[in-house]
Amino acid sequence: MKLEGRVWIFKDNDINTDLIYPGKYTYEPLSHIEQAAHAMEDYSPNFSQEIKKHDIIVTGDNFGCGSSREQAVTCLKYAGIDAIIASSFARLFYRNAINSALAVVECPQLVESLFEKVEKADSTRTDFSLTIDLTKGTIISESRKFSFPPWDEQAMEIFKSGGLVEFTKQKLSGQQS
Amino acid sequence: MGQTIIEKILARAAGRSQVQKGEIVFCTPHRILSHDNSAAISKIFKQIHAPAVWDPERIFIALDHAVPPPDERKALNHKIIREFVQKHNIKHFYDCGTGICHQVLPENGHVLPGTIIFGSDSHTTTHGAFGAAGIPIGRTETASVWAIGKTWLKVPETLKFVLTGNLKQGVYAKDVILFLIGQIGASGANYKSVEFSGDTVIRMSISERMTLCNLSAEMGAKAGIVAFDETTRNWLDNRVLHVHEDYEPLSADDDAEYKEIYDFNLEELGPQVACPHKVDNVVPVKNLLHTKIDVAFLGTCTNGRLDDLKIAAEIMEGKNVAPHVRFLVYPASKKVLQDALRLGYIEKLVMAGAQVAVPSCGPCLGAYGGILAPEENCISSANRNFKGRMGCKQDTGIYLASPATVAHSALAGHITAEA
Ligand code: SF4
Repeated sequence: MKLEGRVWIFKDNDINTDLIYPGKYTYEPLSHIEQAAHAMEDYSPNFSQEIKKHDIIVTGDNFGCGSSREQAVTCLKYAGIDAIIASSFARLFYRNAINSALAVVECPQLVESLFEKVEKADSTRTDFSLTIDLTKGTIISESRKFSFPPWDEQAMEIFKSGGLVEFTKQKLSGQQS
Repeated sequence: MGQTIIEKILARAAGRSQVQKGEIVFCTPHRILSHDNSAAISKIFKQIHAPAVWDPERIFIALDHAVPPPDERKALNHKIIREFVQKHNIKHFYDCGTGICHQVLPENGHVLPGTIIFGSDSHTTTHGAFGAAGIPIGRTETASVWAIGKTWLKVPETLKFVLTGNLKQGVYAKDVILFLIGQIGASGANYKSVEFSGDTVIRMSISERMTLCNLSAEMGAKAGIVAFDETTRNWLDNRVLHVHEDYEPLSADDDAEYKEIYDFNLEELGPQVACPHKVDNVVPVKNLLHTKIDVAFLGTCTNGRLDDLKIAAEIMEGKNVAPHVRFLVYPASKKVLQDALRLGYIEKLVMAGAQVAVPSCGPCLGAYGGILAPEENCISSANRNFKGRMGCKQDTGIYLASPATVAHSALAGHITAEA
């Protein structure tokens, strides 16, 4: 399973769920388009206008720390993000991403090499792309190859089903038949 | 090899005798908690096409995040939840005004030692105070558990904190846990379970242990647990009996294997503050020179309990909050409010200038009930100080501290832990 996309670099650690999706919208039933419009609002105000479909985010440690709010994952997905590569993820964000079939990859070496390319500790839209092979656990970035530990089998199964809703549906229909 | 508490709890919930670290296990919770987000969860639940919920007696819902609802959308959100509760016969539903989910759940005897509590709220770790594993999960996952009654977990590694020494007068559980977060960082316990032990913890009340476990979420922990002991037993006795359920107290084996053991002697610890905008940005209060505050906020699932209100009431008795300060008090539950009324704490707080509100989360999540204005600072007994967390991100700052520091600061008009 391969993903290819243009890279956004968020050169920071501990980017929390309030920065990704502000708390004030959490208890309002917003549509996919509305959620996407608020993505990264308090961190990178231009992000939601400038993002292209299939873009990939590269960021530091503990991405998505804080709240359990799933909109932090879905707002990025609806905005068009296909994958996030971080040095590490907060546990809940990581789990929510798999459950929403958004690819999350931990690869500190790649993050380090791309962080060197940008000066400011902030959000930068780049014009280069990279390729992730989820099955093999490899990333190709400017002809350099990086590897990352593949997901647990269970996580892969949920991701391949298209997310936990589909996965649970299949389980339920399996139980009934 | 011996087992840690989380290993024993997961083994039990998965119907196994032992589990290995890193292994994936399928677990059924004793309760699954959700709150105002239940409307969104019910929508996902519909998409799953489950014929019914897995067990209406194990689902717990409390309305607490926007109470009373400040606008039409949030009122509608509650209405959708009430309709869902009725349709599916959800047994443990607590409507607006009962209190914050993490307070109401244990108060009503739903948390049993040795069990798993799943919660679609990041501070579900709070329930580790009762020797249970309070494990936060997301909305989709909650909908899936509503449907099939279980989900997968990876058996985590465990960090152990051994805390020793008597705390100085004016130093509380909140100062201890802020200090620990400052030491190991906001991701220091990511994916891991945390055990709190040592004589300092053994002397702590249930309420103080709840503060420790609640904030273990801010180290990234999957669960934060205090082992069952006499304090837990005494607390549970009145509550568990009325729900007629047995519980199994579990503790770690002596030869259990830990990822890391941290020893801290806390005798010299002073009051601590987590400065904007990260919870691990912790300094001793005395290092903050004259930081002006505009709002003082006492409440939340971290520190809105009876002992917290008592500490503040005693500090504020017969005094007045600084003229430029709004002092907001949100008792964590109706029971806390009733007890605080009966014991005279509320009167003391109101006389000192407190604005006392309905038991709920209030401005903690920044949606209503005391939002900050640009350039304002807040001293808060809550658990998060992220930028914009209290509704306004423009040059605002949230400082997290103990209820005592909140009370002293409200009186002084700037951050201080002294009278
Ligand atoms: S009081 Fe604050 S931290 Fe606790 S459940 Fe409510 S919003 Fe979350």
